[in-house]
Amino acid sequence: MKLSVGPLLYFWERAAVFDFYRSLLDLPVDIVYLGEVVCSRRRALRRDDWLALAGELRAAGKQVVLSTLALVEAESELSSMARLVQTEDTLVEANDMAAVELASGRPFVAGPHLNVYNQQTLRLLSEHGARRWVAPIEMNAVTLGQILSIRPPGLEAEVFAYGRMPLAFSARCFTARAHGRPKDDCGFVCGLYPDGLTIYTRENEAFLALNGIQTQSARVHNAIGSLTALATLGVDIIRLSPHSDEAVPFREVILAFRKALDEIGSSNGKAACPQTRLPGGYCNGYLHGEPGMLRRDVDRN
Amino acid sequence: MEHPASGKAARKIELVCPAGSLPALRAAVDNGADAVYIGFRDGLNARNFRGLNFDWPDAQEGIAYAHSRGARLFVALNVYPRPEQWLAATQAVDRAAALGADAVILADIGLMRYAATRHPSLRVHLSVQGSATNRHALEFYRRELGVRRAVLPRVLSVAQVRRIVAQSELEIEVFGFGSLCVMAEGRCALSSYVTGRSPNTHGVCSPASAVRWEETPQGRDARLGGVLIDRYAHGEPAGYPTLCKGRFEVNGKTAYAIEEPVSLNVLEILPELVAAGVSAIKIEGRQRSPAYVAQATRAMRAALDACLANPAAYTPPAASMLALERLAEGRTHTLGAYHRPWQ
Repeated sequence: MKLSVGPLLYFWERAAVFDFYRSLLDLPVDIVYLGEVVCSRRRALRRDDWLALAGELRAAGKQVVLSTLALVEAESELSSMARLVQTEDTLVEANDMAAVELASGRPFVAGPHLNVYNQQTLRLLSEHGARRWVAPIEMNAVTLGQILSIRPPGLEAEVFAYGRMPLAFSARCFTARAHGRPKDDCGFVCGLYPDGLTIYTRENEAFLALNGIQTQSARVHNAIGSLTALATLGVDIIRLSPHSDEAVPFREVILAFRKALDEIGSSNGKAACPQTRLPGGYCNGYLHGEPGMLRRDVDRN
Repeated sequence: MEHPASGKAARKIELVCPAGSLPALRAAVDNGADAVYIGFRDGLNARNFRGLNFDWPDAQEGIAYAHSRGARLFVALNVYPRPEQWLAATQAVDRAAALGADAVILADIGLMRYAATRHPSLRVHLSVQGSATNRHALEFYRRELGVRRAVLPRVLSVAQVRRIVAQSELEIEVFGFGSLCVMAEGRCALSSYVTGRSPNTHGVCSPASAVRWEETPQGRDARLGGVLIDRYAHGEPAGYPTLCKGRFEVNGKTAYAIEEPVSLNVLEILPELVAAGVSAIKIEGRQRSPAYVAQATRAMRAALDACLANPAAYTPPAASMLALERLAEGRTHTLGAYHRPWQ
């Protein structure tokens, strides 16, 4: 199986973004998704910056995919998306039906925010050009296996396997709201939280994480124990979602997953995935058909 | 604003009301609904609640009642069917067609293609769960799948609604009153994160089966899937623990970190929505009682009639405001994303 790094969901400083992607150049990931998925107000990197990074990553042998915004309302957002989709020789991850409309007829990745829950819908997207499908975050392994059992020819399947999960999108910016600021004068306070702003229940359980208009799980989804099962279902690509080094040494996460993928089918010991420092720790319930926040111990092999 | 080409010239705006049961359907029709929307009792619609929805005899009686009084009937089939539900979902589309429903409300594009292929004369409305928030997405649903009307997610401002109506060839339906989803519909998995079931997968949000109430020395605890969603002091009115409407700690302060328990109410901006050219205004609440549906429909009917008769002189009728206030979650209301503070 291949390893991918999903789009950066947080608002990091420009230099931190460049550092992050340059750190991937000599790490064993096969595919890197670039671009802003959450909020069009975040403009630390412009289109040319992303394309420059794309060039460096490609030169290092990575496949680059440009991800589109997930919640698209403004005309300006549609124009940016249209330009993104027309980028030559570059695959685009469509995270809204607007992107499917614009990309239709050329190869694209059907992103995790398109609602694909059955083969018929996947086939329709495939007829429009989808060459890869990233399963919805809440999909369990049984459903995934059913869908992949008769997938369209040539279609790759990718699964979100590591990171705080993007669970919801809203018109409201909850980070700005937490700071008492209106969305149109947000002061980019989401930049203060490189892994999201954790919210806790009143008995101090880390519950969710606010990331601008996106709401994430506080717990970090970690499917490292299910890689063999996912391979058996026919999953082709394992996605790791970027986190800052404050949360976890991301480099070590990549190496752990790489090692685990390389050892599928062998009887070597468990790959040691570094612990996350984010409150709440790891979870993996969705894959097992359980609430996403639960953690079930799984034997890796 | 007129759209002769798409038949929007007739300035009738349809009031679309929820019917979770036959008595609620009658209540809606009797109190001025132009259309009602129902779900079958098959778990394939976004109000998959125990004791709710229509079996075949009820559906037949309901459509006869609606049609005999000049109201249309739509069938909501707006979950995303999983492979094991596919057959049942297509059978439900067949059943809606056999019933003579005036439209089916769908979210899944695979199911839309089935409907367009098997029942080309059956009108398809794009459910709010379809998450179409811009003209390109709408155009895809129109051109590729024959969708005729779209229900817009509750994430758009009035200006954005106006632009979409002007640019899209689809009829546009917007929410006017009821419980407020603060998230873009069809883009929210918070409920399955906590309970294993979500609107997309099971047609439910924060399902009652996962709710637990506990009396404690600190007050009354409302839990969902074991997670403490809210804690009410003794004597404090308690609301249903919808998980995005609980009180949580954010940066050391306890607050409604995502959204307050509040209902959407557009009475104040009805003239703007009318001027924007929307084709229909929808009341949320198939899970509500017939009495609620009757009052909400009556209040909305009076306001809409007043607005259509003379938009320039319109102010929200006091009786309608009072009635809707009484029905509102948390007894308060908001214009939600329609107005500036959310944008």
